Amino acid sequence: MMLQLYSSTVNSRLLLGTARYPSPAVLTEAVRASGAEVVTVALRRESAGERAGQGFWSIIRELGVRVLPNTAGCHSVKEAVTTAHMAREVFGTSWIKLEVIGEDDTLQPDVFGLTEAARILCAEGFEVFPYTTEDLVVAERLLAAGCRVLMPWGAPIGSGRGLNNLFGLSALRAHFADVPLIIDAGLGVPSHAARALELGFDAVLVNTAVAQARDPAQMAAAFAQAVEAGWSARRAGPIEPRDFAAPSTPAIGTAFRG
Amino acid sequence: MRILLNGVWRETEAAELSAALRQFGYGDAVVATALNGEFVATATRARTPLADGDRVEVLAPMQGG
Repeated sequence: MMLQLYSSTVNSRLLLGTARYPSPAVLTEAVRASGAEVVTVALRRESAGERAGQGFWSIIRELGVRVLPNTAGCHSVKEAVTTAHMAREVFGTSWIKLEVIGEDDTLQPDVFGLTEAARILCAEGFEVFPYTTEDLVVAERLLAAGCRVLMPWGAPIGSGRGLNNLFGLSALRAHFADVPLIIDAGLGVPSHAARALELGFDAVLVNTAVAQARDPAQMAAAFAQAVEAGWSARRAGPIEPRDFAAPSTPAIGTAFRG
Repeated sequence: MRILLNGVWRETEAAELSAALRQFGYGDAVVATALNGEFVATATRARTPLADGDRVEVLAPMQGG
């Protein structure tokens, strides 16, 4: 079953970040191995001498994947909105992964600025993917602002800690059953991704866990398998955990009893 | 006059943004621009005048998470 993201559909439930790879060649290998159809990209100051951005952009275009530009590094509504305008022109997409950072140690979203920026950008026709927390009230405000996809964090960006708040994330999933929810940030190993899909999240976005692995392409493939497994398991209907044992072998007809 | 281009003060006599971009070597590059914090679309750069002390951002695609 395909994943609906605004007016588009994608097959792969693994989205991949493009930062922190050891080389452009390794990035290319990892994107291919991941099967990701969506990769995140950013905007940075371009040096006229080096023109690093021009080279990066041709690599991404050759991969033939859809790009989801971010507003990483923005700390205010104004910066995020201007960056979104610039990204829409350069990347030719109305998609924007909206980040308004509120705290530098945890890179925790400034949810007040986030909802305000989301309101402005949705009204201008952007298809906003807000990087948010698992807070239900914030999620409600983002949806009221016009967002049709949410990207709650698993754990602080780059921390590799997995799903920090299982209770909160499960509550978010249950509360917004029909909203595409993509776990963004903090995943460290493929089992974290499988867990997210098993809990009912629609997709995951991974960057550092792949880019900084010893073998990024192999890790990308491992994440793809985990996402597939988690998604299959979710559709298959996992059993509920119990506090006590329940014999899997039928008890009836057991020898030596009675 | 002086403009703050990507955080560095530069001397220019360019009357408008597109001329400044050509002067500083961005002529054919895929970039997005902002003037004093406001986005300036490619199509309007030629009619966007520059003034002394203006802050110009020239951004390009880059790796991101």
